[in-house]
Amino acid sequence: MSVTMDRTAEDVRKGRDPGLRHRLAERGVDRQLALLIPAVLFIVLLFVYPFLYGLQLSFAPKAGGPLASYTAFFSDPYQRNTIWLTLRLALPAALVNVLASVPIAYRMRGNFRGKRLLTIILVVPITLGTVLTAQGLLNFLGPAGWFNKVLMSVGLVSSPAHLVQNYWGVLFSLIITGFPFAFLLILSYLSGIDPTLEQAAATLGADWKQRFRWITLPLLAPGLATTFCLAFVLAFSVFPSAVLVGNPAGETRVLSLAAYQAAYEVYDYSLASAIAMVMGAVELIVIGLVLLWRSRLYTGSTGGKG
Amino acid sequence: MPGPSDGAAFSELRLDNVGRRFAGKDALVDLDLTIRAGEFIALLGPSGCGKSTALNCLAGLLPLSSGSIWQDERRIDALPPEKRGFGMVFQSYALFPHMSVRRNIAFGLRMQRLPRAEIKRRTEEGIRLVQLDEHVDKLPGQLSGGQQQRVAIARAVVLEPSLVLMDEPLSNLDAKLRLEMRTEIRRLHQSLGLTTVYVTHDQEEALSLADRLVVLRNGRTQQIGTSEELHTRPANWHVADFMGFRNIVEADATSVSGSEVVVHGEGLRLLGTAASDITAHARVKAAVRPEDILVTASPTAQNHIEATVEVVEYQGRELAVEARTPSGLALHLRTEQRLAPGDNVTLTVSPDRLLVYPLETDDRAAAALVEAGAT
Repeated sequence: MSVTMDRTAEDVRKGRDPGLRHRLAERGVDRQLALLIPAVLFIVLLFVYPFLYGLQLSFAPKAGGPLASYTAFFSDPYQRNTIWLTLRLALPAALVNVLASVPIAYRMRGNFRGKRLLTIILVVPITLGTVLTAQGLLNFLGPAGWFNKVLMSVGLVSSPAHLVQNYWGVLFSLIITGFPFAFLLILSYLSGIDPTLEQAAATLGADWKQRFRWITLPLLAPGLATTFCLAFVLAFSVFPSAVLVGNPAGETRVLSLAAYQAAYEVYDYSLASAIAMVMGAVELIVIGLVLLWRSRLYTGSTGGKG
Repeated sequence: MPGPSDGAAFSELRLDNVGRRFAGKDALVDLDLTIRAGEFIALLGPSGCGKSTALNCLAGLLPLSSGSIWQDERRIDALPPEKRGFGMVFQSYALFPHMSVRRNIAFGLRMQRLPRAEIKRRTEEGIRLVQLDEHVDKLPGQLSGGQQQRVAIARAVVLEPSLVLMDEPLSNLDAKLRLEMRTEIRRLHQSLGLTTVYVTHDQEEALSLADRLVVLRNGRTQQIGTSEELHTRPANWHVADFMGFRNIVEADATSVSGSEVVVHGEGLRLLGTAASDITAHARVKAAVRPEDILVTASPTAQNHIEATVEVVEYQGRELAVEARTPSGLALHLRTEQRLAPGDNVTLTVSPDRLLVYPLETDDRAAAALVEAGAT
């Protein structure tokens, strides 16, 4: 708070104007601002510059006008379809993760014995990484895996169900790796809701379904929207599992894969950049729609410590 | 007014040996209390005495560890809160932050799926009752503390519950508002005839609001009685201490005849009144309120005490004075005389205002409690 001191002898000698310093400090301009430098550098060097470089690259194709890369992408159904193929994976994965997290987090919001252990078990998939998960899925869900063996032994199917090397394998992988993020976020949103609100609703005659519907859910909804956005972005940039447990030439040829092939198999950097830009645009549209819905919700205090 | 639709009105609510333990520690022990319809009961005690625990047990928010609760002949202690039909006002108000004042007040009625017209009529009634007509469309966050408090009360009483539970509802308000709301709560109680259980640590609040008070200490009931009974005849010296007997002196009872007791201690010999059974030659606590210590001009008065004024606090018409006897005992008194620090005064206490309590019985219980808490 030294910036708001009165004019001192030293200030006068050095010709400083404490009034100016005071006014700057009120607007949040003081020496602590320097703490932001690493973050600003980081963003400029690792995000802003590569982004702008890629943007100009996408408008500088090897041949044709500035929009030639985009025209090439959108006019070729094999390329254009990757948008749909990616959305088809990322939207359900994000939705399933958010919806699956809510009841578990709801049950776990209070304190009970074994809560820590249960949280660890639920969060462990974060530490596994995509490759290990893919390996596990191949073994578990593959034609000779336990899952199919069980299905066949109880007579549910006569021949192994195809659950890997296709759409389902990638979806399972996205759900497994994305769940811990969604769960942790939703748990923290839920713990931020004052538990006496639900108690009050109970004394007013609301049973647990009504309490969830009218108190918890409306207060949690903005958090669900945010969580959905983050889970969606995470799933939308799927790459390794699309190759490892998917069918990278067909139904799981996602956008990131298309961009990779353009850049490192065809060596068309302009097309690859254009695909990356399309990816960003699709993400922004989805997030924009979700945030538009969120802005219509109550987003103020939820009374809790969160 | 139509009767409450859920928890039917009762003529008597009985708490039978109600107890609650937290992690092996007793928070509430053997609370026995019968609440008659229309009564205003205050649960009074310092923080940690078990009064909020008792209220939460009554509301159904905490399961009992022992005992039972009976609404006339129906046992209700296993019912969840939503099935009890009791209204509750929380210390933090617990208003739903995403709902307007109107929707907060209508919440309970909506949960009961009453006809739309009835919800509307009773909500309007509730809004008028607490005079919030201009604020009905605001969110709770836009209201002042007193207004939030009114919403919380209206939300609980529009259901016409058979019992209203209030958990220190005034403790978050400033002094002026607290007095206003106190009157308002009393007015509501009188006009609606609501049976009320009110938790507070403020003895003045409890004395002014309640028909009967339950004083708790360390989870145990110390005394149940009317304001008058508690004010004039506290059951033990702990209750006396809590009810404003600021001067409590440990002494020896030298002679006992009937209810008259002579106590010796701190270089004083005083005549007092036994508040419970006192045997001669026992250690006792003598208790007297500041307003019952008088400054006298005659040095030969009965029960006189010589002292020197040390601290004087201005309190309007009266002064609150701390005086010290030659033995070093500090006495608190109130007087209209303009005393100044350093003045030598003669004080006197009427024997019927000096209450003498046995020391042991209660302290043995207290010691047992401490032991139980330690294990």
